[in-house]
Amino acid sequence: MTDTLDTHTSPDIDEDRLVIAGVPFGSRLITGTGGAPSLEVLEEALLASGTELTTVAMRRVAPGTQGSVWDVLARNGIRPLPNTAGCFTAAEAVRTARLGREAVETDWVKLEVIADEHTLLPDPVELLEAAETLVDDGFTVLPYTNDDPVLARRLEQTGCAAVMPLAAPIGSGLGIRNPHNLELIVEQAGVPVIVDAGIGTASDAALAMELGCDAVLLATAVTRAQDPVLMARAMRDAVRAGRGARRAGRIPIRRHALASSPDVV
Amino acid sequence: MELIINGETRRSTATTVEAVVRDLTSAGAGEIPGGIAVAVNDEVVRRTAWSATDLSPGDRVDVLTAVQGG
Repeated sequence: MTDTLDTHTSPDIDEDRLVIAGVPFGSRLITGTGGAPSLEVLEEALLASGTELTTVAMRRVAPGTQGSVWDVLARNGIRPLPNTAGCFTAAEAVRTARLGREAVETDWVKLEVIADEHTLLPDPVELLEAAETLVDDGFTVLPYTNDDPVLARRLEQTGCAAVMPLAAPIGSGLGIRNPHNLELIVEQAGVPVIVDAGIGTASDAALAMELGCDAVLLATAVTRAQDPVLMARAMRDAVRAGRGARRAGRIPIRRHALASSPDVV
Repeated sequence: MELIINGETRRSTATTVEAVVRDLTSAGAGEIPGGIAVAVNDEVVRRTAWSATDLSPGDRVDVLTAVQGG
């Protein structure tokens, strides 16, 4: 090994932590749990993904239910992040967030306020109102938002701990539809930017990180893949690769060739 | 008394929030599982208050738990 390599100072990627509201995470892949064929497959996929933070939904208890996602997260030391999925108004979302706080014993919430069943896109007016109420109530709010730089800024100004713009509609697997908007959001954000929803495959996750996003949140891309465990591992690697490339600083794109070997003399 | 438990009107022998939760989760006299929250008439009842929270006829009791989602 040469001196150059011995004295290199570039930080190890493993030391590169995601920090949300002062809490460090070793993994920049946040997972959802919806859509898995079974709890056993879900557990194996979560472990393969290396995730340390995973969303859960709040639903009425069905009598006689055996085994739960709660047990899976607890025994693997994965931090649960309750969401407000299925809420269409600020009032519903606030109530669900409070139930999630009680059930999961955390004041963190992934805030979702959906406009309609057809698009599952966030309703920006209700979202902002719910975010204000929950921040005032002491929640650490991670809002699922449109890829709108103005709304992202408003959410941050409200006191949200992160902003989570979509890549594409939930479950669509369309990948990043508007990379320019994501770049604008990243440029201005003082809180972590987490791409949430629409990721289809590993290259989508890598691109999100190359664009400068701080983390990726995905569920369907893993849980409904033909092999969820293999896809979970691929996503883990993609997020790490994309983050590494972002930090390394890519070469400029040129219109013409540039020889990498020295000129012949 | 008649209670509306998770949206269904039922005759129940339960008189406290804790009794409703034990009934729904089949906890019996054992430990109530984690990850559960309760609202009575849309107001969240803290877990520590379940045993001391008496119910009145017609109360709406919602018992929720963390499930796969998101």
